[in-house]
Formats: sequence, C-alpha cells, structure tokens
Amino acid sequence: MKIHEYQAKDLFKKYGINVPSSILCDSKEKIKQCIEQINPPCVIKAQVHSGARGKAGGVKLAHNFDEALKIADEILGMELTSKQAGTKKVNKILIENAVDIDKELYLSLTFDRANEAIAMIISNQGGMDIEETAKIAPEKIYTELIKDNFNPLQTVKKLGYDDEINTQIVSVVNSLYELLKEKDALLVEINPLVITKQKKVIALDAKINFDDNALFRHEDILALKDEKEENPFELQAQKDGLNYIKLDGTIGCMVNGAGLAMATMDIIGLAGKKAANFLDVGGGASSEKIEKAFKLLISDENLEAVFINIFGGILRCDFLAEGVKNAIHSLNINVPVIVRMEGTNKDAGADILNNSGLKFTVVNNLNEAIEVIKNL
Amino acid sequence: MSIFINKDTKLIVQGITGKEGSFHAKSCQEYGTKLVGGVTPKKGGEKILGVDVFNTVKEAVKETNPNTSMIFVPARFAANAITEAAEAGIKLIVCITEGIPVYDMMEAKRAVKSNGARLIGPNCPGLITPEECKVGIMPSNIHKKGTVGVVSRSGTLTYEAVYQLTQLGIGQSTCIGIGGDPIIGTSFTDVLEAFQNDPETNAVCMIGEIGGSAEEEAAEYIKSNVTKPVVSFIAGLSAPEGKRMGHAGAIISGGKGTAQSKMKSLTDAGVIVCQNPANLGITIKNIINS
Repeated sequence: MKIHEYQAKDLFKKYGINVPSSILCDSKEKIKQCIEQINPPCVIKAQVHSGARGKAGGVKLAHNFDEALKIADEILGMELTSKQAGTKKVNKILIENAVDIDKELYLSLTFDRANEAIAMIISNQGGMDIEETAKIAPEKIYTELIKDNFNPLQTVKKLGYDDEINTQIVSVVNSLYELLKEKDALLVEINPLVITKQKKVIALDAKINFDDNALFRHEDILALKDEKEENPFELQAQKDGLNYIKLDGTIGCMVNGAGLAMATMDIIGLAGKKAANFLDVGGGASSEKIEKAFKLLISDENLEAVFINIFGGILRCDFLAEGVKNAIHSLNINVPVIVRMEGTNKDAGADILNNSGLKFTVVNNLNEAIEVIKNL
Repeated sequence: MSIFINKDTKLIVQGITGKEGSFHAKSCQEYGTKLVGGVTPKKGGEKILGVDVFNTVKEAVKETNPNTSMIFVPARFAANAITEAAEAGIKLIVCITEGIPVYDMMEAKRAVKSNGARLIGPNCPGLITPEECKVGIMPSNIHKKGTVGVVSRSGTLTYEAVYQLTQLGIGQSTCIGIGGDPIIGTSFTDVLEAFQNDPETNAVCMIGEIGGSAEEEAAEYIKSNVTKPVVSFIAGLSAPEGKRMGHAGAIISGGKGTAQSKMKSLTDAGVIVCQNPANLGITIKNIINS
C-alpha cells in the first residue's frame, strides 16, 4: 500500500526526522489562506501516488506570494501524467517552506528480495531517480545489508561529510529503520535528503510503501489509504474480494489461479490481442462471486469478448458452468463468451453451457482458444 | 525414487481442525499419505480422521514421530507455526498459507535454516509423489507415476502442465509448487539439484513467472550442474510493470524481474522455453522420445 508524501512526512516527524514546515491544501478557496501561513519562497507539490512528479509539472518553486497563488491554483486540480501511474487528478497540494539547499542526497531502506534482508541504500547523488544513478554512476551508490549489529556510520562516512552531518544522517537512518520495522514498510525513501547551508539534515521528500499482508496489525496505516488514488474497477474488485487488475486490452478474462491468469493474458497475446484485465477468482469461487466478476468485466466499455479459462481441480467444472450460465443469463451479456474448462467433471460442465440456450464458444484446449480469439 | 516425500513420509498437519486443514488432510490420507497426527492449539486430546490432535508440534513429535508437517494456519500466525515446527525438529515443512507478512517470513526462514529443516512454500500448493504420497492441495486424479519432475511457482499452472503430461501418457516423479511469495523456503535451484540427483527423474518441467531473480539463478545453476533436459514456461510476458499479478512475488519493479530476462537466461542455459503454455506437455514428450 502506498501513501501520500504529506502522510509519510507526518510519520517521519513522529520518528524524529526533520521535514520542512508545511501546510496541506485541498480546495481552491483555501489557497490564499494557506499561503499566508507559509511565508514564500515556498514549494508547491502535487499530492498524488506517482513518481517523477517534478518532471510532470507537479512540483514548483514560488519566489513570492503572487507567484505562489498562481502556481497553487495551477497545480491543484490539474491532470498529472506520468509513465508509471498514468493520468491522475491532483486533489491535494502540499505547500512547503523552501529551504537553503547545499547538498542533495539519496537515502532509502528497502526489503532486498534477492538477499532476503533489509538494505540501506545511500548516495551523494540525490534528487534524481536512483535507477538512473545506478546506470550512469553506480560507484556513487553505497548499499549495506542490515544485519544484527547494524552500524550505519561506517557507510555514511564514505559520503565524506564531517562528524556533525554524519551524526544527523545516522540518526535519520536509525529512525527510518525503526519506522520500517514497526510499521511493516517494504520501502522508506527520502529523495532528496538535503543538507542545508545551515548544516541541518532535512527530508525534502518522503515515500513509504507498506506490506499489504501486514496491514491487519496497523489500523493507523490502513486509515491513510486514499481510495481516490485507486483505479475504480480495482477498488470495486477489492470490495468484492476479487483479485483483479485493470489492463488496457479488449479481451476480458476470468481465470482461477494467479499463474494461470498470467498465462491466460500471455495466450491472448499469442492470438494477437491484449487482455482487458487480470482476474483470479480463486480455487473455491462461488456462483455469486462469478456473477460479481462478470459484472465487473462487462462494465468495461472497450470489451470485445470474454475468455473464461478454468482448470477445475477442487473447483468442479459443472459447478462453475452453472455459475457462469446464471451470471450471463441475469446480466444480459452481448459480447462473445469463450469458455475453456479442463479437469474435474469437464464434460458435464460443457453440457450445461451447450444446452443453456445462450451463446458460448466452448473450446477444448488452449490452442483452440488462441484460434477463436484470433478470429474474433 | 522421488524427491522430498515418498511412501515412508509420516505427516502431521498444523491447523488440522480448520475447514481447509481437515479437508486437505483427508484428501492426502485418502491418497495414501501416512497421516500420523495433527496440531491445533487448545484442541489437544481431540481426534480427527482417526488421528490424535495435539496442542503443540513438540507434543505431536514426541507421540507420533513425524518427519513432515503441512501448515494451514491463518496468515497472521503461520510464520510462528513454521518456526514452531522447525524448532520441534520437523525436517520437511510445507506451508500452504497465503498472505504471510514479509518480515515475519524473514524470521521464520532464519529459524528453518538454523534448525536444519527444509521449508516448501509458503503460498504454495505443496508437493506430490504420484501414487505414493501427497502433501498438498492439488487435485489427486490428474497425476500419474513416472519420470518427469515438475517444479513451479504457481498452483493451477502446475496442474495445467501435469494434466497435459498425464493426457499424453507421461508420468511424473515428483511435482512441487514452491510458492508465489517473495520469500520462499525452497528455490528452483534447490529443486533442480534434487531432480538432477534423483535417478528416477529423466526430465524437468520448470514453470516460472515474473518478479525476482529465481529463474535467472536457476539458469546459472542449470548451465553448470544439470545434465537432464529442462523445459520451461515463464508466465507474465504481457504483464505491466509495477503491478502485483495475484502472487505477492509476481511483480516487475524498476525494470527487473521481466519474463523476457528470465526466458533469455534460461534459453542461454540450454533450457527449452515454450512461448505457449499449451505446448509444455508435447514438448516434453518429444524430448523424452528423442
């Protein structure tokens, strides 16, 4: 789960990390009043779940009051487009005191999957994408796996600052580590972490990703979830208990099992089309759940056809067929529905669909499915 | 022969009195697995499926002498259940549970290692040695005894491959789902090593997916250690970056963990990579017969 920068900075403050003083603004009417409280020069930052907000025009420096008004009015409500997050409307802005930047650093603590440990990553090259730095100047990135007797000072010293700065950076690292462990965060990132001309270490940005599987023990974090940031289809799916991801193709698919669901998207690709979604209905899908899944699929305007691909192991094919029949009957679906069922009671399942009086294309195997989708 | 489990396996089930636990314990027992006991805290003294239920793994070990445990405990308690099994001396721990927090797993895996146990999963369908022993949730009837080893990060996609093989008359030595989480106990490389050393396995079917670098590591291992033919499919060629595709571990991040990279590494290591999962069975058949 992701949270906004202003929420992450609130958490930072609780853990003793310096952040610039700021105010959150969520309506045009409040802009003037907010800026009056923060003396420009100030930085106005779009609060959306997206990387590279600066490049997309969502972060700007205002030198004086009038400029701040103008920029705030511009950013609040804008449509911010980035490569990864797509286009998102800016519903909130953070207005923050500008600081006298001397140096910009990068600092993160993250779950390192390959080593199955938490890693600290620190670099003098702050302000830019760490993946970019890794490409052009990998020698400027220091990585340390956090073991039992973790002492960040040794690594921090490599950056070449004096003791006064090093002590402050180490304190930030320790605070981040505490936050990460206490709140089950998989990533805490400060980019940039700045050293001001007054020799103070301040977090100018803040990014935190939490482990979804651990949210059951962090009600305070769960409360930070911003539903407006979620894709509306995916939000509905979450409420229906479906494992669903919206994609940009035209073939809706319904599958049991995550691996088979991914493979189904690939099969659609082999047929020269693209999947409209990823959907894993799970092993024990009820007919009610299948109906909900169908509702979600057909609410997509770009849909050309639906492909149901089920490997019935514990889930019996005849049972599934009954659910599909009822769902289609009650929902009045008018796009072609291609069904491939394999496994337990496959023939009984096919009979139910073929005798339903509704239009199904029942295929016998995945290669047949590819042919049918190709010829849609 | 086979790997990890066989007709001498003695199984306990942690969470045996729950709905899932009892259903699948029964199915394993019906398949011929020697179920010797079960564990559910506060239910010690009860009986289920003809075996005793104990409060702790330690008691179950003392009374029934198992060598394998299968875990169906809810996600928030599952990591502790793994640690408990490892500390009680269980040598093979199979954790079916999905949704265990990452940091809980980091600790549980440490306990598994320090006690010299093997963990399969979590978030996996378990494993089966056809016609001998099943420790998992896979549909029993699709399997057939034979010489192809199957290893996969996914459940249903494993069934898919096994079903294709069995339909073509090709049996399996052991089929293992290693799990879809970022931290798992047994890697592709561990299983490949075991299949390579198993005299009754003649070929391996390996099913990977996007996320992490387990397939690339497996490719490195295959290059210098595996002489048996390996056929592979990698799911998620069409998956977008930055999205978790159902499994907690199936995510491309920062351009890493793509299907393309995995397919290339495996191809370079001499593995036959199928573009179409529908062709896994036939590809293996052709290799065995050639």
